[in-house]
Formats: sequence, structure tokens, C-alpha cells
Amino acid sequence: MSTATPTPTPTTADGFDHASEAIAIAAERRWAVIVLAIMALLVAMMVFTGLHWAAMPPSRVETIDVKTVHIRGEFVETNLGTAMAADGKVTVRLIAQQYSFVPQCIVVPADMPVTFRGTSTDAIHGFVIGRTNANTMLVPGFVSTFTTSFANVGEKLMPCHEYCGTGHEAMWGRVQVIPAAEFISKARVGERLSCVPR
Amino acid sequence: MFHARRLVLAHFWIAFVAFLGAIVLGEWQMYVRSPLHAWVNNPEHYYRSVTAHGTVMAYVMPTLVAMGFGYAVAELSLKRPLVGLRWAWAGFWLVIAGTVIAAVTMAVGKASVLYTFYPPMIASPFYYLGIVLVVIGSWIWVALMFFNLRAWKRENAGASVPLVMFGSVAGAYLWAWTSIGAAVEILVLILPASLGFTDTINAGLARVLFSWTLHAIVYFWLMPAYIVFYTIVPRAIGGRLYSDTMGRIAFVLFLVFSMPIGIHHLFADPQVGAGFKFVHAAMTAMVSVPTLLTVFTIVASAEIAGRLRGGKGMFGWVKALPWGNPMMLAVTFSFVMLGFGGAGGLINMSYQLNETIHNTQWVTGHFHLIFGGAIVIMYFMLAYELWPQLTQCAPLRQGLVKTQLWLWFVGMIVLTMPWHLVGLLGAPRRMAYYDYSHPDLASQAWTVTASTLGGLLLVVSAVLFVFILFKGRKGTTVPQPFTFSQPAHPGGRTPLALNSFGLWVAMMIGLTVVNYGYPIVQLALLKDASVPVIPIGSR
Repeated sequence: MSTATPTPTPTTADGFDHASEAIAIAAERRWAVIVLAIMALLVAMMVFTGLHWAAMPPSRVETIDVKTVHIRGEFVETNLGTAMAADGKVTVRLIAQQYSFVPQCIVVPADMPVTFRGTSTDAIHGFVIGRTNANTMLVPGFVSTFTTSFANVGEKLMPCHEYCGTGHEAMWGRVQVIPAAEFISKARVGERLSCVPR
Repeated sequence: MFHARRLVLAHFWIAFVAFLGAIVLGEWQMYVRSPLHAWVNNPEHYYRSVTAHGTVMAYVMPTLVAMGFGYAVAELSLKRPLVGLRWAWAGFWLVIAGTVIAAVTMAVGKASVLYTFYPPMIASPFYYLGIVLVVIGSWIWVALMFFNLRAWKRENAGASVPLVMFGSVAGAYLWAWTSIGAAVEILVLILPASLGFTDTINAGLARVLFSWTLHAIVYFWLMPAYIVFYTIVPRAIGGRLYSDTMGRIAFVLFLVFSMPIGIHHLFADPQVGAGFKFVHAAMTAMVSVPTLLTVFTIVASAEIAGRLRGGKGMFGWVKALPWGNPMMLAVTFSFVMLGFGGAGGLINMSYQLNETIHNTQWVTGHFHLIFGGAIVIMYFMLAYELWPQLTQCAPLRQGLVKTQLWLWFVGMIVLTMPWHLVGLLGAPRRMAYYDYSHPDLASQAWTVTASTLGGLLLVVSAVLFVFILFKGRKGTTVPQPFTFSQPAHPGGRTPLALNSFGLWVAMMIGLTVVNYGYPIVQLALLKDASVPVIPIGSR
């Protein structure tokens, strides 16, 4: 980049003439404008994809009482897993705890929007699903929500990606992505699916 | 005339010996989780090691380097004895005491929480007290940088502050405000829990407070490297500094934009809303501006060097550069690593792209490349440059120095590129072992082996670095007076705003309060955000 910009040439052994200084400052200004333009473009792209594609990180602050997570509300054990509502919306509810996810094996349909809702009952956890963009932190006291969809059918690994104590390295869940038609035939309104063997 | 010689040497020796220890731990971590080794017998040892590696590399080593370099700069550039030498020693001993206390606590396994703390996990209070002592020691340095500049300004009313001192003081102020986030987290949230006064902690708030420190601390690490770029590199390669003013602008931009951007570490967190995440993402774009300006100015300064050496034409000056000069080599390596690391950083800061790599091994690759690569290689040069002044040693052996730099560069690339790759594939970080018998992981096993080999080159390079310094530990050569780069157009007037800090410090504090105030207050008031603590190390 700078190779193309004019730089001062020495007129004497120990100094530079005045005209070269003006050229130097002009080159420097040009570069500063280019830099600002690049950054403005990047921010504009963030705004565009954020608003137009609704591609945004988790957006709201929702709390939950960690002391009663297990006994009442949406994260009781019988409500964990994948649910399909009457209107066809798919929601996965899961809990992270030292050192496992509940459920350990999650079933989701391919090519359908899937909303994840998760929280932690002890330390800070998180997960990333295979090579997808499904990626979140799970902080005790808060509910993490995000919606994504899976393009490829198959089983993916879902490791905890935040250090949560000795045993963190053993905290791996699994996600089975199955064809949408198969998922819909399995899912009945009100039931919770998972691929944990009974 | 170098009164603080022993002081600076003490800082550097402790910094580099600690660095050597921490790098060996890092390589051990890479080795035990690679396919070259069976699963580590006790995973807790792995996390203990990660905690020590991070604590030394993040808090102890760069802090001591910045402090030692700051004191050296104060004397060499202001050409007057250091004000407050006794206080400086007090600060040094506080850092040492804190390091020892934290090190013992980590070594006995009472603090395996990693250097990022991660409440609600709570370690022994001695670990946090150790960190607090290190930070208080460094605050004494901040105050001394202020007092030294003030004393000089009183004697030289209206004169332009030397660029190198201007940058060093900017770095000191940056650190003072950067450290406030983690200091509040420790003093208000963690220590009461660690000492047993409370058994719950606001984990979400702790993460937000830590993010205040966690990103900006990188700019504190980076300041000495950038100061070397501007004020030593052009002189060392026989050129001129293209623009003194641009150096000042870069330093004050770091001051203003380092802190109010930290929430970009929390894009995937549930305790901060999308609005503040966006504001921090946009501000993060601004903090890349001083780096891009610096790259232009330093490459242009090198072009001056190339042309002064007879280089002609569009690219002829590149060939004419002094490629046999270690500084030329180091700044080239540094820029290559800064280029890769910076490009990765733009991905991390992008509100949407971040989801692909958030908290994966990619991130480890990113900050090792930026800090361990681009920045630490300039710490080496800073030590090599100052060593003859400090020990009166004979000129260091250039062949050894160049070998050391090459090893560091190649090692860092071999370490971090596989990390970036597997991060894209979703590999998690901070794992004591991987189950390579799983087909999805089996295909990634070679990357861990590659990184282990890269790490080995880094260990060899670090040993060579300390060896070179050790060989030059004393001598009788009276050194030439130390000089800093001359600007290409000397005699220009420095605008008042770029000769003082009032405006920039006000903007730094103001922007941070605007960008962090609401999330902090909101989280502090959330009742459910307080969760039970998890004691670590069977207290």
C-alpha cells in the first residue's frame, strides 16, 4: 500500500526540503481516509447483515433463579429436549452442569429454524455444535436464546467450550440432525425428543 | 548517565525468567494433550498449568517489561535522573511479592481458575491477593511516569515531549484505567466470596467487569512494541521516522478506544443486550485505526531507510533495506504476524462472523499470534537494544540474535496456524485431553502435534534469548549514548493536544463510562444474577 505513495526524497545529506513534507503529509492523510473508509464499510456490513438478515448475537437479557431451575419452570427435567409447538416451531431446551449437558444427545431437524434455550446450574459453560455457527455461552442466572438452522444431516459433536473446572475436557454432548420429514413424523405436540438411550 | 540501570535490569531479569518458566509450561500443555502422549493422569494438573502460564504471560511478564522499559525511557529520553527511584523499587518488590504469593497458591492447586478467573468458580484468596499486589506495584509505576513527565515539563515549559516518553506515559495511563475493571471485579465481587463473607456472586457482572480489562490489557502489552516501532526501528535500520505526529495520534487513539470495546468478548453471552454488543463492535472497528496508521508510518519509515541506502523505483527500496540487521528482521516478522493476527481480529470483532469461531481454538491462535508473536518479538528487540546500556556488555552476537528471531517467528506460525484451522472446524479450547479415537477428532489430531512442534521451537528460541542476555550480563564497554529515531521532517511544532493527555484521558474515561455504565448498573441490580460460588481446590 505504501509502496505506491510518494515519499520524500532527500535533497541534502541531513535534511529534507519543504515540498517533500507537504507530499508526506498528503500521503498520510490519504491513507487515514482510506482506513476510515474501510472501517466504515465494515460497520455498514454489520448493520446491514444485522438488520436485513436479522443475523445478530443473542439479544435480550433474561434471568432465571438458579436455585429453583430444577424444580419449577421451563427447565425442569421433563421439559428438556426438543419440542415442536402446534405452530411447527422447534425449540431445544437444555441445561449445562459440571460436567455434562442435559440432554446429552439432542435431536434437531435439518433445514428448519431451531431455537435453543439453555442455562447453567453451576459454573459458566458454553457450547459450539460441530462445524456450524451454533455457538453460545451459558451463564448461571441467565437464559441464553438463539435461533439457527442446520444444513447437513448427521451426528455432530457439541463440546463445552468454556473452562468449567476439572472435568471440563470430558464434557461433550452430541447433536443428531435428522431430515425434517423424519423429525416431524417423530415429534408430537407436547412431547420432548432426545437421542439419549432410555 | 543511567541511574536506574539496576532497577531496569531487575525488572527485565524477573520478567524474562518468569517468561521462560511459563513457556515451558505452555509446551508441556501442548505435549500432554497431543497424540504424542497418553491422556494426562490428572486433568487438574493441566488446568493448574494453564492458570500459571496465563497468569505469568498476561500479568507478570508484560507488566514488568512495560515498567522496566518505562523507567529506562524516562531517563534516556528526558535526560534526567529518574524521580522516585525508591518508590520504583517499592513497586518492583510489590510485583515480586504478588507473583510469589500467586505462584505458590497456584502450585499447590488452590487456584486452578485460569487467569481469567471465571466466577462463580472461586480460588484461594491468596491467588487474588497476589494479583492485587502485582497491580498495585504497577500503579506505582503509573504514578512515577506521571511525576517524571511533570518534573521534565516544569524544566522545559512549552517544549515538545519526546515521542518515546509520550507513548510510554500514554501506556501507563492506559494501564491505570484498564486495570480498574478487573480490580473492581476482584475487590468488590471475588474477594468477599473467596474470604467467605458471602456465598453467592454475580457471575454475569463479573464477566462484564473483566471484559473491561481483558481486551484493553492487550493494548497495554502492545504499547512497548509500538513505541519500539516508532522510536527505535527507524533509527536501527538507518532511516527516519516518517511522522512524529502520527505516532502521537496512534498512542492517544489507543488511549481513547481500548476500553469501551471489551464487550466484543461477550457477543455470545446472555447477560448483555444486543444494543451494547453492537456499540462495542463498532468501537472495536475504531481501535484498528491506530494499528493501520502505524503500519503505514513504519513501512514508510522503512522506505526512507531503503532510499537513503540507494534503493530506487517502486520496489527497489525493499531490496536495499538492511536485511542482515536483526531489527529489520524482527519488525518484518512482527508485521507479518500482526497482519494475520489483525485479520483474524477483524473476524472476531464482527458481530456476526464471531459466532463461527467464538471461544474455539481459533481465539487461542489469534492472541498468541498478536501477543506472543507480534508484540513479544519486539520485547526481545527492546531488551537487545537496551542491554549494552544496562550491562555495558560487548555487542551481542548478531548471528545468535537472528537465529533466535527466526526460531520465534517460525515457531509461532507453526503453533498458531493449526489452531486457527481447527478453530474454524469447531475445536474447543482449554481441553486437558482429546478423544482421538472419535472419527471427528481423529482427523484433527495432526494439528495438535504440529502445534506441539511449533511450541518446541518457541521453547528453544526462549532459551536462546535468555542465554544471549545471560552471556551479556556484564562487561566493561562504555556504551554510546542511546538515541531514538529522528523524524524525517524535524523541527515541526507539536500541537498542544498531542503534547498533553488531558483531553484524551477525559475521552477515555467518558467513553468507557458511557459504554459500560448501563450494563454494569443493570446487572448489579438483577436479583437472580447472584449465583452460588464454586470453591476450587478443596478449601
